[in-house]
Amino acid sequence: MSGFQTNNTVIKWIEHRLPIFSFLDHSVGSGYPSPKNLSYFWNFGSLAGITLVIMIVTGVLMAMQYTAHVDHAFESVERIMRDVNYGWLLRYVHMNGAHFFFIVVYIHIFRGLYYGSYKAPRELLWMLGVVILLLMMATAFMGYVLPWGQMSFWGAKVITNLFSAIPFFGDGIVVWLWGGFSVDNPTLNRFFALHYLLPFVIVGVVILHIWALHRFGSNNPIGIDTKGPQDTIPFHPYYTVKDAFGLGAFLVVFSAVVFYLPNYMGHADNYIPANPLSTPAHIVPEWYFLPFYAILRAITFDIGIPFTGVVIIEAKLGGVIAMFGAIAVLFVLPWLDRSPVRSGRFRPIFRLFFVLLAIDVVLLGFAGAKPAEGLWLLIAQVSTAYYFLHFLVVLPLLSVFETPKPLPTSISEPVLKGGGGAMAGAPAKPMEKA
Amino acid sequence: MADTATPAQVETGETRRDFLYLAAGAMGAVGAGAVAWPLIDSMNPSAEVLALSSTEVDLSPIAEGQRITVTWRGSPVFIDHRTADQITQAEDVAVATLPDPESDADRVQRSEWLVVIGVCTHLGCVPLGQKTGQNRGEFGGWFCPCHGSHYDTSGRIRRGPAPTNLPVPPYEFTGDTTIVIG
Repeated sequence: MSGFQTNNTVIKWIEHRLPIFSFLDHSVGSGYPSPKNLSYFWNFGSLAGITLVIMIVTGVLMAMQYTAHVDHAFESVERIMRDVNYGWLLRYVHMNGAHFFFIVVYIHIFRGLYYGSYKAPRELLWMLGVVILLLMMATAFMGYVLPWGQMSFWGAKVITNLFSAIPFFGDGIVVWLWGGFSVDNPTLNRFFALHYLLPFVIVGVVILHIWALHRFGSNNPIGIDTKGPQDTIPFHPYYTVKDAFGLGAFLVVFSAVVFYLPNYMGHADNYIPANPLSTPAHIVPEWYFLPFYAILRAITFDIGIPFTGVVIIEAKLGGVIAMFGAIAVLFVLPWLDRSPVRSGRFRPIFRLFFVLLAIDVVLLGFAGAKPAEGLWLLIAQVSTAYYFLHFLVVLPLLSVFETPKPLPTSISEPVLKGGGGAMAGAPAKPMEKA
Repeated sequence: MADTATPAQVETGETRRDFLYLAAGAMGAVGAGAVAWPLIDSMNPSAEVLALSSTEVDLSPIAEGQRITVTWRGSPVFIDHRTADQITQAEDVAVATLPDPESDADRVQRSEWLVVIGVCTHLGCVPLGQKTGQNRGEFGGWFCPCHGSHYDTSGRIRRGPAPTNLPVPPYEFTGDTTIVIG
């Protein structure tokens, strides 16, 4: 490891007692060697971190203006929009920040899926990422409830009702979650408390995520390990500047939406105050939940022993299990895809199925936005089936039957030979397990 | 170790220390549970919420064929003054063919009055059908717009993802035209 050097006596004094400067240097400084071939797809991790900070800053400021009470919540949000100095900006940044957070994180996840970033020795890094995704979903869901509009209320009702599908304890759990017999003031209060708490839990898991990342460093588009200093460049200044440039590009798009299309990704119904006696004609979650919502609704049939009429899993419980299963399957992904080759670049068949998966998830998203009937229900069911087949059948089989293309011998090789392909005659040896 | 163990204990490999270890561990687990319960239970509805749990309804202004919605425990309750046709429809169904078999007689106290909680048993939406002109579904009762559950004139699930019938809340007639729900 390159040692941290300084001539500043104050820094030396602090460093001796609390080695924080060398810690930072090893984390994001010149003391952190990174593969030199990272593409722009590797920008999205730091972008997600920055978005998290934006969300926390705007969120804390809005919490100072918000009233978590069913009689005042809607109006306090409107007050933020109309009266609080720059309140409209805080809210539109926070609201659209949530959308962009998911855009960034979904790209980050698909990057990992394509380049095999979840494979040894980065399994825990990947699993911590899935934990972050779950926490983000919980946080986003509870945040959406706080403005107490029609979609807030009915979204809360439908999602909390999912837990009533749990056998025996379901109804008790739902009453416990609500703190009453329906979604009401106690529910709003606890959602606000948790919505404030969970982002800091996310920060904690992000620290673990980065810690695990720095154990072996970033994966890279080639997917083979760095072999020494000739394959790496220092994180600072090379990737700090690249991340800063990516941030600039991101902020251009983000600002365009915040200032010109602030409600584009939202639902008009949420500007109607919550009414517990009237369900909107069409309840739809935010777009980032749509694929999972489609999976939830795709299970319209009881699962039981055929021809006996014995029902083991009712349709409602089946939908809930499938929806949570769609995330749970990601936890075990490192053990489903056993191919020793990480990068999809060298896996021609995997690549086809990866594209299929991407299309599949988009289809699920569209199906989730439509009423669950007719053709869209069928599309949702077929797509749900493929989603699970991809992870549970296709990837394990590919690990055995696919012949990967020969791997380059080093990160530098494809660059120096002037092409993306491997050098002729390079041994097609499996990924080294250092 | 030998100092604290009798010869018999040495033979079985069990010592007083093992016992103390298990006993202390068990006490610790009980203690942790005892501390956790108040924290968990604090999120349950309090007595003051439970106390607000009965609603009196005057049925006299409800004409035959009319439906009204009242609130009980924060949830809508549908009260349907059923017509003779609707009652016959509800009673003529072969109970065994229903997804959640229940006869109409078990769901009403007086057949012209149907009282059910107006919350879809699928995921908690309020079904349509209370107002004139709304879609009442294929069985003339209620239709849930969220995920397409159809209920009949007895509030029983007939088609769609909902697993059970609309529940009947506890209620009693305190007069000819008054009921108390809860």
